[in-house]
Amino acid sequence: MSLLEVNNLQTSFFTDAGEVRAVNGVSFSLEHGKVLGIVGESGSGKSVTAYSIMQILADTGKIVGGSIKLDGQELVGAGEKVMRTVRGNKISIIFQDPMTSLNPTYTIGHQLMEAIMLHTDRNKQQAYERAVEMLRLVNVNEPERRMKQYPHEHSGGMRQRVMIAMALACEPDILIADEPTTALDVTIQAQILELMQSLQKELGMAIIMITHDLGVVAQLCDEVIVMYAGSICEQGTADEIFYNPRHEYTKGLMRSIPSVDSAGTKLQPITGTPIDLLNMPKGCPFAPRCDAAMKICIRERCERMQINENHAAACWMNVKAAFEAQTGEEA
Amino acid sequence: MAEKNAAPLVDIRHLKKYFNINVGAFQTKPLKAVDDVSFTIQKGETLGLVGESGCGKTTVGRTILQLYKPTAGEIIYNGQPVKTKRDLKTFRTKATMVFQDPYSSLNPRMTVSDIIAEPLDVHGLCKTKEERRARVLELMSYVGLNSEHASRYAHEFSGGQRQRIGIARSLAVNPEFIVCDEPVSALDVSIQAQVINMFDELQDKLGLTYLFIAHDLLVVRHISDRIAVMYLGKMVELADAKEIYEHPLHPYSKSLISAVPVPDPKIARANVRIALKGDIPSPMNAPSGCPFRTRCQYACDKCAERMPEFKEVSAGHFVACHRTAEIND
Ligand SMILES: Nc1ncnc2c1ncn2[C@@H]1O[C@H](COP(=O)(O)OP(=O)(O)OP(=O)(O)O)[C@@H](O)[C@H]1O
Ligand SMILES: Nc1ncnc2c1ncn2[C@@H]1O[C@H](COP(=O)(O)OP(=O)(O)O)[C@@H](O)[C@H]1O
Ligand code: SF4
Ligand code: SF4
Ligand SMILES: [Mg+2]
Ligand SMILES: [Mg+2]
Repeated sequence: MSLLEVNNLQTSFFTDAGEVRAVNGVSFSLEHGKVLGIVGESGSGKSVTAYSIMQILADTGKIVGGSIKLDGQELVGAGEKVMRTVRGNKISIIFQDPMTSLNPTYTIGHQLMEAIMLHTDRNKQQAYERAVEMLRLVNVNEPERRMKQYPHEHSGGMRQRVMIAMALACEPDILIADEPTTALDVTIQAQILELMQSLQKELGMAIIMITHDLGVVAQLCDEVIVMYAGSICEQGTADEIFYNPRHEYTKGLMRSIPSVDSAGTKLQPITGTPIDLLNMPKGCPFAPRCDAAMKICIRERCERMQINENHAAACWMNVKAAFEAQTGEEA
Repeated sequence: MAEKNAAPLVDIRHLKKYFNINVGAFQTKPLKAVDDVSFTIQKGETLGLVGESGCGKTTVGRTILQLYKPTAGEIIYNGQPVKTKRDLKTFRTKATMVFQDPYSSLNPRMTVSDIIAEPLDVHGLCKTKEERRARVLELMSYVGLNSEHASRYAHEFSGGQRQRIGIARSLAVNPEFIVCDEPVSALDVSIQAQVINMFDELQDKLGLTYLFIAHDLLVVRHISDRIAVMYLGKMVELADAKEIYEHPLHPYSKSLISAVPVPDPKIARANVRIALKGDIPSPMNAPSGCPFRTRCQYACDKCAERMPEFKEVSAGHFVACHRTAEIND
C-alpha cells in the first residue's frame, strides 16, 4: 500500500460561465520518503490537485469524482472532521506567498505555537520549546528573538523558512510545496531547496513539489508528473522525463527553456495560446498546439500508455511508434 | 553581434543614485541604491544585468534613462554627454524601457492602437492620421501581433501578448537602445521563449542595443553577450557571458551561478552549490568596505577597511574584490 493513492481525481469549479474542469482524471501514488514533482503551465491544474488533496478548495470548487487514499483511508467524502486530523498532522502545505498564510498581526512565535498546540497535545511551554527547535532546524538564527518578531520584520526567504517550520512542526508524512521558491532570489531559493532536501532525508517525509521551474524539478525530484489542461500527459522518473520524454507537450517544454549552452541558438517555443478549459477540444487537449498532431489526435484522446516500468504517457505518437516497430510499416 | 573595438554606444561613468529616506520626524538618510557604477555597452550588444532583489538593477536602468535624476555620474550616449534638457529630449527618442509587469504597465482602458501610438503622439512623430495608423500596424507586425488586435483593449490579452504590446510601444520612437527590465519574468516558460526569440529577432532586424535585466540567470546567459553582476548598489563583476558563467571570479558571482537550478537531473544532482550565509544587508546600512564582506567566506580585515576597486583582471573581465588572485588560484 502506498502512502498516498490518488485515483481518477476530478475537481471542478462551478462558475457563471459554466463548469471549469480544473482537474480531470488525475491518478498517481506517492511512497514514503519520495519527492514527486508536478510541472505544467499556469492554469494546468497543479494547485487545484494539491488543494483537492487537502480539501481546501474555494467555495465554488468541488471534487466531483475519484478517490484519494491516505494510508488506505479514503479521504473523498470523509468529512471535515477527518480532514482536520489530516491537515497539518499528516499532510502540510506551504504556499508560494508566505504572507498569505502568515497573519501580519501576530508574532511568528505566537503563530508557530498555535499551530503546534492545535495539532499536538503539547502544552504552552512545550509548544514554545518545539517552536524554537523548529526555527533552529530551518536555519533561522537567534530563534528566541525571532519568535517575538512580526512577519513583516522578516525577509521573504526568512518568512518562507518560518512557513516551512510551521508546516513541519507536527512532523507530517507528506509536505506539499506549491511553488515555494518562485518569489525568491536564486541564492535564497537554493538555501530553501537544500533545506527541504535535508529535512526530507532527516525526517523521512514525502514531498509533493509543485513548480513550473524544470531546474527545481531536476534538482529535487525522484518522480515527475507533467500536467496539461487538468490531466496528466506524462509521468515517470526524473531521468525518464528529462532524457526520454514521450509526450509532445513535454518535449516542447524541454525545447523551449534556455539551458547552459543554448546561447546563440533559437529557443523553440510552444506555439499557440494556452488551453481554455471552458472550450476543451474533443481529442488530445494539446492537439491545437501540437506540431506532430495526427488525424486521430483531433478525433480521440489517447489513453495513458506504459512506456516502460518507470514511465507512462498519453500520446498517440507512442502508439504509432509501437505499431511501426511491430509491423515494420509506416502508420 | 557587437563591434568589439568601436566607441561604445552607452558609456556610464561613476553613476550614483541615492534616495533620501525619512528616518525620523525631520531626519533623512541616504539609501544608496546605485553607488558608483561604471560600464559601457557597444552598439548592437546585449548586456545582461543580474543580482538579488533590491540590489539596484531597476534603479540603474531608470537612472540611465533619467526617469530618476542621477545623484552623480555621467551618461554618455554615442559620444555625447546627456546633460541639458535638450540633450535629454533627443536621448529620450533614442533610448526607451520595457517594463517587468505586463499586467500593470498598460492602461486597460486604452486600445492597443492608442497604447502603441502614445509615444508617437507625445513626440509628434506622425504628421497625418494615415501615417500614424500605418506606423502602428508596422510596429504590431514587428512583435507578431495581428492587425485585428489594434482596436481591442489591453485587458483582453494574455500576459505574453501584453508584453508584446509593451514592446511595440517601446519601439514606436525608433529607439536604438532599450532597457529591458525583467521583460519575461512574469510569463510562463512556453510564452517566455516566444518573447525571448522576439527580442533576438528585433535586435537583428533593427540593430538594437539592450540592457537586459533579469533574475533568471539561464535566460540572461541565453540572450546576453556580456553579463554584469550587482550586489548592494555596486557592480562586482563584468565579463563575457560564457566566461562569467564558466569562470566567475567574484565570490558572490560564484555563489549566484552555483545556485542556478539547471534543468538537467544529472548535472543538477552533481552540482555543488556554494551556500551564502545570512541575508542581504539593508542598503540603508551597507557594510563598510566591500559590500559583500558580511556574507563572504574569504573576508579579511582589509575587506572591512576599503572598498575594492573595480579592476580589469584579464581582457574584458572586471572584478571588484581584494582577493581575486588568491581565491582563484
Ligand atoms: N523610488 C524609490 N525611493 C526609495 N527607495 C527606492 C526607490 N526605488 C528603489 N529604491 C530602493 O533602492 C534599492 C534598489 O532598488 P531596485 O528597484 O533598483 O532593485 P532591483 O535590483 O531592481 O530589485 P528587483 O530584482 O527586486 O527588481 C532598494 O533598496 C529599493 O528599496
Ligand atoms: N476558485 C476558482 N474558481 C474558478 N476557477 C478556478 C479557481 N481556482 C482555479 N481555477 C481554475 O482551475 C484551473 C487550474 O488552476 P490551478 O490548479 O490553480 O493552476 P496551476 O497549474 O497554475 O496551479 C485554471 O483554469 C483556473 O483558472
Ligand atoms: S496525442 Fe497527438 S496531439 Fe496529443 S501530443 Fe501526442 S501527437 Fe500531439
Ligand atoms: S573584497 Fe573581501 S569580502 Fe569582498 S568579495 Fe573579496 S574577499 Fe570577499
Ligand atoms: Mg498554482
Ligand atoms: Mg527591479
